[in-house]
Amino acid sequence: MPDPILKLNGLDAFYGDFQALYGVELSVHEGEVLAIIGANGAGKTTMLRSISGLITNDAAQISYRGQQIGNARPDVVAQMGLAMVPEGRQLFPSLSVEENLMIGGRVNRKGPWNLRRVYDLFPILEERRAQASTSLSGGQQQMVAIGRALMSNPDLIMFDEISLGLAPVIIRDIYKALPGIVGGGMSAVIVEQDITKALAVSSRVYCLQEGRVSLEGRSDTVSRDEIARAYFGVE
Amino acid sequence: MDFVNALVQGTLLGGLYALFAAGLSLIFGVMRLVNIAHGDLIVLAAYLGLTTTVALGVHPLVALIVVVPAMAGIGYVLQRAVLNHTLGDDILPPLLVTFGLSVIIQNALLEGYSADPQKMDAGALETASVALGPLSLGVLPLLTFAIAVAVIAGLQWCFYRTPLGRAFRATSDNQDIAQLMGLNKRHVFGLAMALALAVTAVAGILLGIRTSFDPSVGGGRLIFGFEAVIIGGLGNLWGTLVGGVILGVAQTVGATINPGWQLLAGHIAFLVILAVRPNGLFPRISA
Repeated sequence: MPDPILKLNGLDAFYGDFQALYGVELSVHEGEVLAIIGANGAGKTTMLRSISGLITNDAAQISYRGQQIGNARPDVVAQMGLAMVPEGRQLFPSLSVEENLMIGGRVNRKGPWNLRRVYDLFPILEERRAQASTSLSGGQQQMVAIGRALMSNPDLIMFDEISLGLAPVIIRDIYKALPGIVGGGMSAVIVEQDITKALAVSSRVYCLQEGRVSLEGRSDTVSRDEIARAYFGVE
Repeated sequence: MDFVNALVQGTLLGGLYALFAAGLSLIFGVMRLVNIAHGDLIVLAAYLGLTTTVALGVHPLVALIVVVPAMAGIGYVLQRAVLNHTLGDDILPPLLVTFGLSVIIQNALLEGYSADPQKMDAGALETASVALGPLSLGVLPLLTFAIAVAVIAGLQWCFYRTPLGRAFRATSDNQDIAQLMGLNKRHVFGLAMALALAVTAVAGILLGIRTSFDPSVGGGRLIFGFEAVIIGGLGNLWGTLVGGVILGVAQTVGATINPGWQLLAGHIAFLVILAVRPNGLFPRISA
């Protein structure tokens, strides 16, 4: 197997004074879709925030394409080709739908994604392009958040709680769009509460429990029992 | 007739107050920084204008070509070197640091220019006037008002029609997420302060043509700017112009009734609006 593009080397991360991650080892390979599961408070969001640079760590604890980025600024990390779709969408309320997408394209990396491609992927957004992002439904907001991340033409896209708070029919639509997103060789890390969905869409899965990796395996071979143990810590 | 005259003169004066306020409003809008040194920066711009006119022998309005970029540069460096380090969840450090900055600027100006009142010489512009029916309008106040409208229209355009404005609004909305979009917030804040002090440069020069100034007058300009921002509503630039006009009119009308009431009338108008509409007349952002 070739070298991973993203590697966590014993990541210890803190959420304020509280240590949220303990020596997490993780790797993402080119074109791979990785699922991260785990209960609330297991450290999933802290992990994504650490990778994206919103939480500063020791430089060597995170490496991306051979460079140490553990203490890199978030805007620098974004320029390197990592994008995040944050939990709860977090669109810019004072920007229109189209402006939200355009600010995602500010990073200005070369690649297939532009406004046209995003609108082709989510046609509803083109109809709503001039509206305030806050006027959209939760599902449409998630589409904007995904489009905004894609506009930077990332090599690795991270989804935090991709389906949290969305209606089941919307979740289905979002998952239907996923292969079109990651099919082009882009790697993805998906944090998801719905274990069935997470396993179906990913090639490998990590489970976090109280800040530690409690399970790592291929999504098509891990058993429900293993997951239940890793998830809840029951013996 | 006196009353109508006061109304018109007050409106024109409001343009100057709006220029005092626009920079404050912009900075608060983008980074939630309350700049106590804002008035002293206006006075600093007036002194830079004075030095430029004297050294180069140019008209004060021509000095804008030098002072606007100079103040913008000072703004960027000030933000990157000092003010960015004070920003965080706690609102106290930026208040204390800009208060200290205010003291430093005042004393530096005292040291450099003495406490003697100074004034910029704008020649015929100072006394020129046009007759409008029974009213006589000064060309300088008219020009000031026109500049204020143009500056606010320009800021509005910058905020809502340009990539820079998009970056300002995104950073103002959510600093973390803006950074995930590849925006370096320290740089964005630096640009915002540069833009704010560019506006301040215009305000300072117009102030220095209109009245005499000395190193101690910054505090008063700060208050006028604050009052205009609050009256108009936070985060709304056109509201800031309206706030400036209301303040200007209140002062001029007050002075018409009794010359001693000029400042008092302005403060009373401010307090009344604060009591009736605590968020100002046209608020855009909730504080």
